[in-house]
Amino acid sequence: MSVMTATDSAPTLGPLLRRLTGDEKHGPSAHSTLDVLWVLYDRVLRVTPDRVDDPERDRFLLSKGHGPAAYYAVLAAKGFIPADWLDDLAGPASRLGHHPDRLLVPGVEIGSGSLGHGLGLGVGTALGLRAQGLTDQRVYVLLGDAELDEGSNHEAIAYAGATGLRSLTAIVVDNHSASHGWPGGIASRFTVNGWSATTVDGRDHDALEAALTGHDSHRPHVVVAVVAPKDDYVSGARSADGAGDADQVGA
Amino acid sequence: MRQTFVDTTTALLDADPRTALVLADISASAFAPAAVRHPDRVLNVGIREQLMLGVAGGLALTGLRPFVHSYAPFVVDRAYEQIKLDLGHQGVGAVLVSVGASYDGSQMGRTHMSPGDVALFDTLGGWTVHVPGHPDEVPALLRAAATHDDPVYVRLTTAQNAHPHAGDGGLRVLRQGRSDAPLVIAVGPLLDATLGAVEGLDVTVAYTHTPRPFDVAGLRALAAGDVVLVEPYLAGTSSAVVAAALTDRPHRLLSLGVGHADLHRYGTPADHDRWHGLDAAGLRRSISGFLR
Repeated sequence: MSVMTATDSAPTLGPLLRRLTGDEKHGPSAHSTLDVLWVLYDRVLRVTPDRVDDPERDRFLLSKGHGPAAYYAVLAAKGFIPADWLDDLAGPASRLGHHPDRLLVPGVEIGSGSLGHGLGLGVGTALGLRAQGLTDQRVYVLLGDAELDEGSNHEAIAYAGATGLRSLTAIVVDNHSASHGWPGGIASRFTVNGWSATTVDGRDHDALEAALTGHDSHRPHVVVAVVAPKDDYVSGARSADGAGDADQVGA
Repeated sequence: MRQTFVDTTTALLDADPRTALVLADISASAFAPAAVRHPDRVLNVGIREQLMLGVAGGLALTGLRPFVHSYAPFVVDRAYEQIKLDLGHQGVGAVLVSVGASYDGSQMGRTHMSPGDVALFDTLGGWTVHVPGHPDEVPALLRAAATHDDPVYVRLTTAQNAHPHAGDGGLRVLRQGRSDAPLVIAVGPLLDATLGAVEGLDVTVAYTHTPRPFDVAGLRALAAGDVVLVEPYLAGTSSAVVAAALTDRPHRLLSLGVGHADLHRYGTPADHDRWHGLDAAGLRRSISGFLR
């Protein structure tokens, strides 16, 4: 369940990740977001490399911009960026840094890195699509459980719930990295504000797919994707992602 | 000015389906009729300024032209990182329209004052900053801002000059001194106090409602030596711009504006003008002392 299989059509992700990290030891399991990202791009999002500017595409916003190696590997596997971009992560001429920049990477909807910005941008994106009659499009925003510490998220959660912003799906990858935890669970922060919520094994592709498409027609939806605690592989994630600010690694 | 903003923006919402408005409760009742007609483009997020700017960034990413409005300390100071990242870093713009200015809300205290707003936009770069000095200057600025996607800040205030001075934002000479006379530049609502302050002095007075981008060409054409800046926000905000424009010629510069200190005082805006030396008498003292 926690290992990529050939049936996922993702046998190339491991080698792509290693091009980013130069790290033979740590497989895909070192990346908390990898399975969610793969399921999104392989099974859920209606976006392809030739549609990155199509107003009618689905949007995926990586709010948790830390450790984007898995994101870049998936974008390369799906043809959004050339695989050879992976070989010079954060180099002086590289388009790929330790936090993604939407002006540098085709298919990247927002530049992120400072935590707590993606959900507000996602709310605005959903509202902007709705105002233009694009009601079939969906906006997905990926956050981390520690990222929820930022109060800006709770402004967005409350407002999206209160106004029934039905085209919005938040995904919280929960690797138990929030310093003070979330007593009562992460999903409850959303459901008390009127969201629907599904909590799933963040490595189970079928369960993820069902959850990511499990929204209803009148309220926003959150998928809490639970993966192994950060501490179980933080050394791997840190070296693999090359993130310098250990404070927010895995957030 | 606030009512002019409401009327003009309401008309823009009616006329242009690209225009959107994001509020955080402030002025929501004034825009209630527009919200009824355009519920998908008039969005009040409640008292959530970080979200207000984030929503504006998202709207702009989908191709809309968001107007964003609150008191200056809330739409600028409080949401500074959202302005920097949710707009600037994403490569999108918005029209931020503030009320309150440096101390229109002096009786509400320091929490409602934003003398540093224009200086904050200078840390980001690329922003057009309008500081109108009369309500009649406002509609054209807003209508022009609706037609493109670049970042624009419009700083509205309850202070105003007796007469509007429209124009493209370039320095406009309203009082001509001798050919080598000192140049006094008044920004927005401080024009009338400035004109009163220099009565009888041989100076040229030029006005602008658009300090960013600063009219560098106009400055170079008018500056003969001594330059005085009179700005209704933090003193020295435009000093670097003026100094950079005049690096190749000898000049002296006096920068007048609101002081840095939190005075911990209430009172009226006129009281604060006096305390910061921005009433006609205070300006006269500073300018004649500098030119002596």
